[in-house]
Amino acid sequence: MTDLIDVPTTTIPPEESKGRSLFQLAVMRFRRNYAAMAGCVMLALITIFSFVGPYFLSHTYDQVFPSYVNMGPSLEAYPKADTLNDVMKGVASRARVELNEFAVDGNNFTASVSSEQPIDTRVTRYFDRANEFENTKVTATENDGKTLKLAGEVKREYFLFGTDDNGRDLMARVMLGGQISLAVGLLASLVSLVVGVVYGAISGYIGGRLDNVMMRLVEILYSLPFVFLVVVLVVFFGRSFILIFLVIGAVEWLDMARIVRGQTLALKRREFIGAAQALGLTDWQIIRRHIIPNTIGPVIVFVTVVVPKVILLESFLSFLGLGVQEPLTSWGALISAGANKMQSSPWFLIFPAIFFVLTLFSLNFIGDGLRDALDPKDR
Amino acid sequence: MFHFVLRRLASAVPTLFIVVTISFFLMRFAPGGPFNLERPLPPATMENLMRAYHLDQPLWNQYLQYLKNAVTGDFGPSYIYKDNTIAELIGKGLPYSVQLGTYALLFALIGGVLIGTIAALRQNSFIDFLVMSVATTGVTVPNFVVGPIMTLIFALMLAWVPAGGWGDGSLKFLILPVITLGLPQLAVFARLTRGSMIEALHADHIRTARAYGLPAKVVVVTHAMRGALLPVVSYLAPCAAALLTGSAVVESIFTIPGVGRYFVLGAINRDYTLVMGTVVLVAIFVIVFNLVVDILYGLLDPRVRHD
Repeated sequence: MTDLIDVPTTTIPPEESKGRSLFQLAVMRFRRNYAAMAGCVMLALITIFSFVGPYFLSHTYDQVFPSYVNMGPSLEAYPKADTLNDVMKGVASRARVELNEFAVDGNNFTASVSSEQPIDTRVTRYFDRANEFENTKVTATENDGKTLKLAGEVKREYFLFGTDDNGRDLMARVMLGGQISLAVGLLASLVSLVVGVVYGAISGYIGGRLDNVMMRLVEILYSLPFVFLVVVLVVFFGRSFILIFLVIGAVEWLDMARIVRGQTLALKRREFIGAAQALGLTDWQIIRRHIIPNTIGPVIVFVTVVVPKVILLESFLSFLGLGVQEPLTSWGALISAGANKMQSSPWFLIFPAIFFVLTLFSLNFIGDGLRDALDPKDR
Repeated sequence: MFHFVLRRLASAVPTLFIVVTISFFLMRFAPGGPFNLERPLPPATMENLMRAYHLDQPLWNQYLQYLKNAVTGDFGPSYIYKDNTIAELIGKGLPYSVQLGTYALLFALIGGVLIGTIAALRQNSFIDFLVMSVATTGVTVPNFVVGPIMTLIFALMLAWVPAGGWGDGSLKFLILPVITLGLPQLAVFARLTRGSMIEALHADHIRTARAYGLPAKVVVVTHAMRGALLPVVSYLAPCAAALLTGSAVVESIFTIPGVGRYFVLGAINRDYTLVMGTVVLVAIFVIVFNLVVDILYGLLDPRVRHD
């Protein structure tokens, strides 16, 4: 018998008796979930790409390259060698001079142009104006200024994602779209999360007449004509970025409130809630400490569903005149523009869609990981 | 229960009234009107039109008139589709939208719950990731992308199904629009089911049921499913209301003569009566489905009581 008593005292080292808080446990479980951690890394990479990427890109999102409209994505630099000759001819005819010689050597070009009249040396501006050439200089004047020898550099541009209809670098636009869509998606979802959870939990827990009134209010908000709500808000408050969050938040919390209320209705008859009531906790304490944590599962899952909805809704708002306007853009706007050009220029759709889908995949895995980690019943 | 339903139906009247009132004035505060065309009408024509549709009267007068007519079931004529009353327009389009929406809802609900349950039973396994990835794709790729791509593949390249139209309403006409409309919702149902099924499978009464030696199928389908379906049922109400009242995007991609397009067209054309018609339609669907869902709560979980 004495052996049995001795065993525990000798085998348990003192440091293991240290308790772990629920939060520490949740963090531990979250860390062990590879899919969720991979989601975090992916989301971080996409955020860095969107917010830091523009500093490493030589093009801005609204910079127009008239020479490179609607170019496909390519790892090679533009202009491509075989097109330079035609470009030079075009430039020469715009400058009203005749092109005699044209040669490209690496990044430099030389050309010889002539005309019936003496040529003004300012003609080099015509060459610099083309996106393909820069730093054009007159190297020699012959024939009383009727023939000029020109030299300059070929300007190489990389468009890894291609360019859009207006000749703007799609990569710069995807980055900008990421900034706006990530901000709108995460913030507006957060608004709908907080409002929906608190509203739903109160309505379900208090119940009775209050529940009736609160849920009828939700039904009313469901039914209002959304387009007019947006238009009237824009008329009264003008276009503003904050209004996007308000409008999206105003419609997206409704589903969340219904779901949380449904969970609460079942939860409030459970024994532990009865115990909390018997202990004399106030309604708000019970809602905060016992109801809301137990609804976390469906809530987190639903938030990951709200984010894509919000990002796509933003593009609809932009279409109505609220939200971001050209030349600013968002993933939703890029995707809906790309969907119209799916057959002729698929890269308009593919690149923003890849980032959109990757973001939501990572959010979903993070969401599932959080749900598993925070589940108060799962030990 | 009977009293509960009666009380809820009674409370639908003030709800509808408030919806109609807010929508009516909201709509009128928005700039533009039904007859503000790109090329302005001559003032005399405009004046006559306004008089013919009583738009020249004070707003509250119009509002009272609208209420009085609406109570008798008269929702007025459309300002844009001049030969039709609102009741005719919606009456013609609604059967298509409801039929399409019902199939899409069933597809989403049955498919979603099935997928979610399979994923939950194999939590964190390869099948879980595979199934949930497919579901996630459904919710992330917007239907204005899914629709055209599916038409391109199945209607134009493979020529298995027609590219659009209602036809005789048979399966081959409906399959693409049903999938396009239902896919995002299927993904939501699958994700909700997975989460709550995992929770339900950890519950004490499930352990007890397993300890009794009940077959796994019985444990999952009759015991765990009841608890797990609660959030799914919560989402059912808004989802059903949205699907059954038609989708402008899906209906325009597949050229289906439903009511979905009226939501967009009514708003763009400032067709006031048409907008009010769609508002009342949505309100009725939302109210009815919320009532159905509240009754379902009690059936799924007897602890839920409405008192």
